[in-house]
Amino acid sequence: MINAIIGGVLIGLAVSLMLLFNGRVTGISGILGGIIRPQKNDLYWRVFFIGGLLFGGFILQYLRPTAFIQLSSALRVDYMIAGILVGFGTLLGNGCTSGHGVCGISRLSVRSIVATFTFIIFGIISVLIFKLVRGSL
Amino acid sequence: MKNFIAFIVGLIFAMGLGISGMTQTQVVRGFLDVFGDWNYSLIGVMAGAIFIHSIFFYFIKKKSSPLLDSKFHLPTRKDLDWRLITGAGIFGIGWGWAGICPGPGIVAMASGNMDIIIFIAFMLVGMGLFKLIENKIK
Repeated sequence: MINAIIGGVLIGLAVSLMLLFNGRVTGISGILGGIIRPQKNDLYWRVFFIGGLLFGGFILQYLRPTAFIQLSSALRVDYMIAGILVGFGTLLGNGCTSGHGVCGISRLSVRSIVATFTFIIFGIISVLIFKLVRGSL
Repeated sequence: MKNFIAFIVGLIFAMGLGISGMTQTQVVRGFLDVFGDWNYSLIGVMAGAIFIHSIFFYFIKKKSSPLLDSKFHLPTRKDLDWRLITGAGIFGIGWGWAGICPGPGIVAMASGNMDIIIFIAFMLVGMGLFKLIENKIK
């Protein structure tokens, strides 16, 4: 649990830096969505942010490879369907765990609180159905 | 300079996700598995992040502008519409299905895990689909 809190504090610091310097919400789905159809003078910071995430991933892979051990009975096709749902749903709902869950709730945004509550409920239902159909997660 | 900040933010964010265990699908799905072997570490991550950011937000919002931009780019909408609820619901189903959301997915691509790389590729397809029909559902 202590690692979870330390990680959370780092995430809180990261999104605060983004707001303090760039005045932006660190919503990962929104930042990615803005790369797909970029507006004028609004592309590079997004690419650099995603680059930072990936670079962080490579550092973790080097220093803490256990962070990427995946235990799941999901099949390749599950990842495909889930990917499409996550991509479509986050843009339709204007945010994901970072934008709504962390940034929005910190701002006490009613939209974000409702969205976070909604995706957690549907996530719980999804896991429940997955377990019923496949027998295990 | 804004690009450099964005890169550093991404880097710290990735470290936070990795250290907290959120780059592992079983930890995320373990949180959603409330009727099974519940793993509540996601609450610790959210609580830590929201606690820190709430305090910073309180002070940062008193400023007239961010340090490197002329204005803040914050959402102003307050209405609860069907897109918000439906989108969050669809995202939630996908999130539980694979145990991956956009941030941890991008970070975990660095491990070379093909399932996750394919997840992100299809996530981009889903985003592209939305962009295609965006104007029709406004």
